[in-house]
Formats: sequence, C-alpha cells, structure tokens
Amino acid sequence: MTRVFRFCLITAVIAAAVLFVPFSGSCQDEYDYINISEPFADKIPMAMPVFKALSEGDTVEQAAVNAYEIMQESLSYTGYFKMVDRKAFLVDPENQGITPKDINLKNWRDIGAELLITGGVRRKADVLQMEFRLFDPYRGSVLLGKRYTGSTGDQREMVLKFCSEVIRSLTGRRGLFESRIAFVGGEKGQRAVYACDFDGQNLVRLTDPQDIVVSPAWSPDGGSLAYTEYSDDHPNIYVFDLEAGQKKRFASYEGINLTPAWQPGSQGLAATLSFEGDENIYLLTGTGKVDKKLTDSWGVDVSPSFSPDGSRMAFVSNRSGSPQVYVMDLESGSVSRLTYDGKYNTQPDWSPVSDKIVYSGMKNGDINIYVIDAESGEKSRLTSGKGSNEAPSWSPDGSMIVFTSTRSGLPQLYVMTASGTDQRRLLDMPGPQKLPDWSPARQ
Amino acid sequence: MVKKINIRFILFCILVISLAAAVSCAKTGPDPDGDEIRDEEISETEDERSERQRRAEEGSGIDEQELDDEERAAAEEQRKEEEEKEKEDVLSEKIYFEFDDSSLTREARDVLQRKVEWLRDNPDECIVIEGHCDERGTDEYNLALGSRRAESVKDYLVKAGVDGDQLSTISYGEERPAEEGSGEEVWEKNRRAEFRFCRD
Repeated sequence: MTRVFRFCLITAVIAAAVLFVPFSGSCQDEYDYINISEPFADKIPMAMPVFKALSEGDTVEQAAVNAYEIMQESLSYTGYFKMVDRKAFLVDPENQGITPKDINLKNWRDIGAELLITGGVRRKADVLQMEFRLFDPYRGSVLLGKRYTGSTGDQREMVLKFCSEVIRSLTGRRGLFESRIAFVGGEKGQRAVYACDFDGQNLVRLTDPQDIVVSPAWSPDGGSLAYTEYSDDHPNIYVFDLEAGQKKRFASYEGINLTPAWQPGSQGLAATLSFEGDENIYLLTGTGKVDKKLTDSWGVDVSPSFSPDGSRMAFVSNRSGSPQVYVMDLESGSVSRLTYDGKYNTQPDWSPVSDKIVYSGMKNGDINIYVIDAESGEKSRLTSGKGSNEAPSWSPDGSMIVFTSTRSGLPQLYVMTASGTDQRRLLDMPGPQKLPDWSPARQ
Repeated sequence: MVKKINIRFILFCILVISLAAAVSCAKTGPDPDGDEIRDEEISETEDERSERQRRAEEGSGIDEQELDDEERAAAEEQRKEEEEKEKEDVLSEKIYFEFDDSSLTREARDVLQRKVEWLRDNPDECIVIEGHCDERGTDEYNLALGSRRAESVKDYLVKAGVDGDQLSTISYGEERPAEEGSGEEVWEKNRRAEFRFCRD
C-alpha cells in the first residue's frame, strides 16, 4: 500500500553521493533552467540514451531497460521536458561510457539537447546498484550525480528518487515523485476511498464501500486521510490511518460533518458542521472536539483550504447569494471575497507553495478549472471544451493539478501542468472517480 | 348424545357467521350494475329455503350481536386506514426549490402547513427532513446546500409551532435523485425536500 513511500527501506541509499561536480562555482543561477512563471510554454529538450548494463547477465540488461523506461516516463510526466528523438543522436550510446570523461558534450549540444541524463546498472548478488548523472551540455557541467543501492523490488523507488533530485536541481522544489493521490471511486452506493501514486501506479482501495463517501483529505504528514462517509445514515468524518489500515470515527455532530481540511502546523482540522442549525466552518482539535467557530454567516460555508503556513483559509460561502470563494485571515478573522466572475465558484485548493488558488467555476452550465492569485485576484482558466472539469488539487510542489473531468462520459481523474497544458488521464480504472486530493511531499 | 349436540351447535354457529358475513358484505353499498341472478339461488329447493329461514330466525338474537361487533371492527379498521393514509399523505408530499436556493416558495409553505397541523396533532411522531439537489454544481457544495434546504424546512416547522424534537435533518446532496437524467424537467423534480419517519 505504501510502496512509493518505502524510500526509507532503501537503506543503502545512504551510499548516494555526489560523484562528480567539476564546475561547482556559481549558485546564483542555480534554478534558472525552468522558467517558473511560464514553465510549460517551452519544453526543455532532454536527451536520455539507453542506460548501460555495467555488469554481466540478462537480469542486469533487463533492469537497465526497466529503469530507463521508468525514468523517461516519470520525467516526461512532469510536462517540463521533451525527449530528443534517439534517431537524432550523433553517437551510438552503446559504444560510449556514462561518466563525464567518456562524454563529448558537443555531440549533445549539436542536436539541441539542453539537458542530458546518463545511467548505468550493475548487480552484485541480490543487490542492485544504479548510477545516474544529469549534464548541462551548454555549460559543460554535471549538475547532478547519484548512486543508489537496493534490491530489485526497490528499482522504481530508486529511479524516482533521482527524478526528484533532477526536478529539485532545476526548480528548487521537490515532492512530486514522493506523492500520492487519494480519491473517491466506485459506482453509486458503493463508494470508497482509493489511493495511487502520483502517476496512477500502485492503485489500492483503502476503505470499505459505503453508500456515500466524499472529500478525502491528506494529513500534513501524509500518514492519514480524513473524509466524510455516511454510516448509519449519518454523514460522519472519519480518519483513515494508512499505516494501520484502519478508520476511526473523528466527528459525528448532529447534522452534517463535511469537507475536512487539515491545518498546516497544527494537529487540528477545519470542517463544515451544522449542529447549530447552520452550515459553518469550525476548527476541530486532533480528537475531533470543537475548538473554534471560524465562520458565522447565515447560509452555506464549506470547503476550507489552508495557505501553506496555515495563517489564511480559502473557503466557499453563499453569503452574497451565490457560492463564491472567500479568504479569511485566521488571526484577525477578517474575510474578503476573492471571486466575482460568474455565479458558481466552488472547490478552492490553495497551492502548497504559493498564493495561487485553483477552483472550479460554472459558466453557461459548464464547469471549468480556474487559477486565481490570492493577493492580486488575477485569474486564468485552465480547462475548456467538452464535459465538466472540477475538484482540482495541487501537487505538493505546485507544478501539477489533478482534477475530475467528464470529457469522455463518466467522471474520471485527469492531470495537467499548473499552466493547464498536457492534460491526460491519470489512471486506467473502470467506473467513476471523483474528488481527488494530492498528498503532501513525503519527508 | 352430548357429542351430537355439540356437532349440531358448531354447524349452527358456522351457518350464523357465514350469514352475518353475507349481510355485512351486502351493506357495503349499492351495486350500480344491478343484481345478478345466481344459478345456485334458482336451484335452491323449497325445503332448503324454509330450512334456511327457520335457522336464521332461530338464531336472530345472536346474529344481531355479531353484526354490531363486525360493524365496530370495520369502523375501527377504516379509521386506522384513514389515519395511516393521512400519515402517508402528510409525509409523501415533497416540496421543491429553485436552483441554488434554499428559500421556501409559497407552494412549499402551503404543503408544510399541512405537515405542521399533523405534527402538532401527533406530538409523539418524529420525522426526518431530507434535503436533495439536482445534479448540477459540485458534490460538496450540494451536500451543504441539501443540508441548508432541510434546515430551512425545519426552521419553518419550528416557527409554526412544531416541537424541534420531532424533527431531524439529513442531506443527500445530488447523490439520490428522484429521477435520473438531465434537463430542467428532471432537475426541478430533484431539487427537493422529502420526509420520512424516524427509525425506531
């Protein structure tokens, strides 16, 4: 169930070391490879020759092929890169080494590769060892060199670990490859919480099917999921412990117990309760006791989402007559309306790394995903076209968004870059999938 | 001898009861299609008819008593049925809302007024108010909106004098449409509050 998080098990990873960094001088342009404001407009051409088998044996060759495929798919998944066609390569990688002394970077500059990754795999008994390097052919430097050691079963984790280093060295951010996505799956009346890796791999059903299940939300440490489930014909909030594989009833106040959201930097979470006869957002303690009433306006207040430091909260309220996104400063309690365009703006999700908030807005009956800056109010639309697109959730590094779309009939999960490019299905799973929540970065 | 009397007495009782039943059926109202002549009646012999009349006259005292009981039971039955029907009627009438709205229309208030009277007359009864939405909009907001709809119904009933302890609310958002499909005709049937009795 927690396969991708088993990095800790790859104990030998401590052997990972910077192998060779010849020009370690300048730091000021460390992260200028990817333009943060328009990162997906021009994809970076990346060359990745097939990985080499560094020891004898069929299993090593196979492991090299597998590692190559995982890395190419995973790096392409981010939307940052376009892979240079292997047919354009000027040298046959079969006849070339993978270390800096073996490589003439001019051969890679000449085909326009702005980044080059080489890799090699060797096996000593049951131990698999892999080494990868990231080159900048234009600056003539090795940006990254890592060696990983583990068992055959740890291959995907080792490759993803390097992918994570690649993205961190280029953007300064990490977390995508150590994340998972939780969502509600299953037919009507048979809904359950599911989870899969960031790329749709390793899909598991976590909870037993129930009549109505909504809004799973990851805890800040990624170890638990809070969600609402109708049990005994009552909407209660449960917390599912992933390690123990068990759920615990967290809040079952009279009326609704809905849309839990954990507050960063605290044990508590915010949720919509109606035990006082009106739907308001309350802050609950780690044991589900009411700590504080956060909103107090007549009508619906729902779907809280916290800023990265936990000091502000976006939420939906129909206090002005239609559902709109509002932002509350938790210290002062002051509330300001964020969305004005359209009559139905719901499901805000605050970026884990910035002041950007994604939400779904309805116009002419179509629901699409928008991103708005919490400070400037500047907004842009990320989806358009057939079907409704809703329930957006940011990846932990803020580079991608997972959402639900009915573009091919049933509601299904899709991902896109933070700019709305590269929209595609997350996973091949029959039946409807709804209300995804992208996990925080696993530490 | 004793045995013989007993059997005769039982047979007699059976006859009286079946006669009483026949009379009570006949009392349920006039037959608009006229009386149909049944062949068995025609085939009844003179002897049989006189025997039947004799026995009916013999047991006339008991017959009257049985008829009264039957009538009372039937009336009681009917009263219970009517009550049950009234209870069902009061519950089955749904109320409808505008899109993204939880306010009560004039029509909705009229429907609720009948529930108010019944709930005040039956203070031991407890009902659940279910709030529902149409399929448009988003899941979480619709669950909250369904709750708002149920709460606004509850508010109205309480303000009209119903004891709040007789009422509880639940929202199903867009999860349980009254009718599947799309388009305003379907949606307007799904934006509703429904009522049911509390479970024991």
